[in-house]
Amino acid sequence: MTLTNTASQPRKKPHAQWLRAGMNILRFLLHSPPSAFGLTVLAALALTALFAPLIASHDPYLQDLGNALAAPSRAHYFGTDELGRDIFSRLVFGARITLTIVFLVTIVVGPVGLFVGSVAGFYGGRVDTILMRVTDIFLSFPSLILSLAFVAALGPSLNNAIIAISLTAWPPIARLARAETLTLRAADYIAAARLQGASPSRIIWHSIVPMCLPSVLIRLTLNMATVILTAAGLGFLGLGAQPPLPEWGAMIATGRRHMIDSWWLVTFPGLAILSVSLAFNLLGDGLRDALDPKQMNKR
Amino acid sequence: MTASVSIDKMGIRFGSVQVLPEVSLEVGAGECFGLVGESGSGKSTVLRCLSLLLDNWSGEARIGGTSVRALDVMTRCRTVQMVFQDPYGSLHPRHSVRSTLSQPLAIHKLDAVEDRMAQAMTDVGLPLDFLDRYPHQLSGGQRQRVAIARALILEPQVLLLDEPTSALDVSVQAEILNLLQRLRAEKGFTYLMVSHDLAVVDHMCDRFAVMQAGNIVDILPRDAIVGNDARHPYAHELIAASLRYERAL
Repeated sequence: MTLTNTASQPRKKPHAQWLRAGMNILRFLLHSPPSAFGLTVLAALALTALFAPLIASHDPYLQDLGNALAAPSRAHYFGTDELGRDIFSRLVFGARITLTIVFLVTIVVGPVGLFVGSVAGFYGGRVDTILMRVTDIFLSFPSLILSLAFVAALGPSLNNAIIAISLTAWPPIARLARAETLTLRAADYIAAARLQGASPSRIIWHSIVPMCLPSVLIRLTLNMATVILTAAGLGFLGLGAQPPLPEWGAMIATGRRHMIDSWWLVTFPGLAILSVSLAFNLLGDGLRDALDPKQMNKR
Repeated sequence: MTASVSIDKMGIRFGSVQVLPEVSLEVGAGECFGLVGESGSGKSTVLRCLSLLLDNWSGEARIGGTSVRALDVMTRCRTVQMVFQDPYGSLHPRHSVRSTLSQPLAIHKLDAVEDRMAQAMTDVGLPLDFLDRYPHQLSGGQRQRVAIARALILEPQVLLLDEPTSALDVSVQAEILNLLQRLRAEKGFTYLMVSHDLAVVDHMCDRFAVMQAGNIVDILPRDAIVGNDARHPYAHELIAASLRYERAL
């Protein structure tokens, strides 16, 4: 073995490692058709949301009662609804609402689930019992019913729908993080960290969270489809986004009355919900394969 | 920087099982002391108790004359470190060698981080560009060197070795044992080494204790192995079995 001194060379920047890992994950995802499809649809969704005013052909709130329930045509790609609003433009602006819901729910649910799960798993004993019983209580209701109860209590609005979905979506993540933590807790590298004087919070943050993160991330991605469907379901029941907000579920709900003679009212929002949920599921499946540590840092 | 280790009537029970009834032993400063015995005889438990990874034991353990329980956590960490058996499980799979080695320095707020890491890597005979590697990019022997570097970086006085070579290939075993011996000669560590391989003990240790069912049945000098001078029947049998095995090879 030869000793080479590289201490004099400038240190590699830490973000280079992350960049390479990210590129590897991306390349891996693009290599399998299903996850490439998922990624493409979601990229399209993000771009649509970002450039909504440029893409939309009409004002999504502009009513034109003389032109209500018009079939798809050159003037209105996806037709118009019962108030004469352009459905295509409403779908485009609805992408923003969908992404907001997904994003907010994820940034609430991920950290909360990870925190509760890893703390319960790491400390064990009474802490574990208390946290897991709370989780059990949340898990014992069907999530849509529980969200309904929360929204009913908080009052129907988009923000309350987001809060309600978050409150019902964290327990599976916490369960997952706890299970992962339990398998790690007895590992020698945790013992080594203890022997180095690492505090429990440092061990959880530095040693346990990085190990739980991939499976939590996959679970979150797979959950997003459920989140979108729950949000659409709440919107459909009139408990989520309120009119005139162009939320996809709410659009289906109002279009339902005219469904028989004006099929475009429910078909296009339905297809949007279907393709985005499917894209999240496929991406989650792809991530499961891509987040294997051996794939991530392969050079 | 050497310290003696003395364990006095250490006992621990897990539930209804008395794993260690009462273990007492003395290790001189700078000595290498071996613990041998069959699986489940409590060898590793002694190390885990001494390092306070397990703390519900009774009795007294002193390092350099001070009780391990009286030492505050930071001082204890800088006095005792441990090298684990399985180099595949003792390194965090998502931490690069650099972060494995810099964590303890950050915890103890030590300065000259780069220099200390370079020193530890040189001590264990690894090139410095390995700092940016991850465990899955290292061989078993290299991983164990990193694990030893991690134990060295806090400059402890006592190293607890929990079968440091049993998960390694024979040729790599020799490398690691020679590395450990060189480090002891250079830095004057006190070693407390668990092994079930008497050849390793013969190579490394000045004295060793034979354990059976949590009890130390015999404490012997290294020379006792070749002639099998053990007085206790179990120790005698163990050494004889090992000698027979070696002859058969």
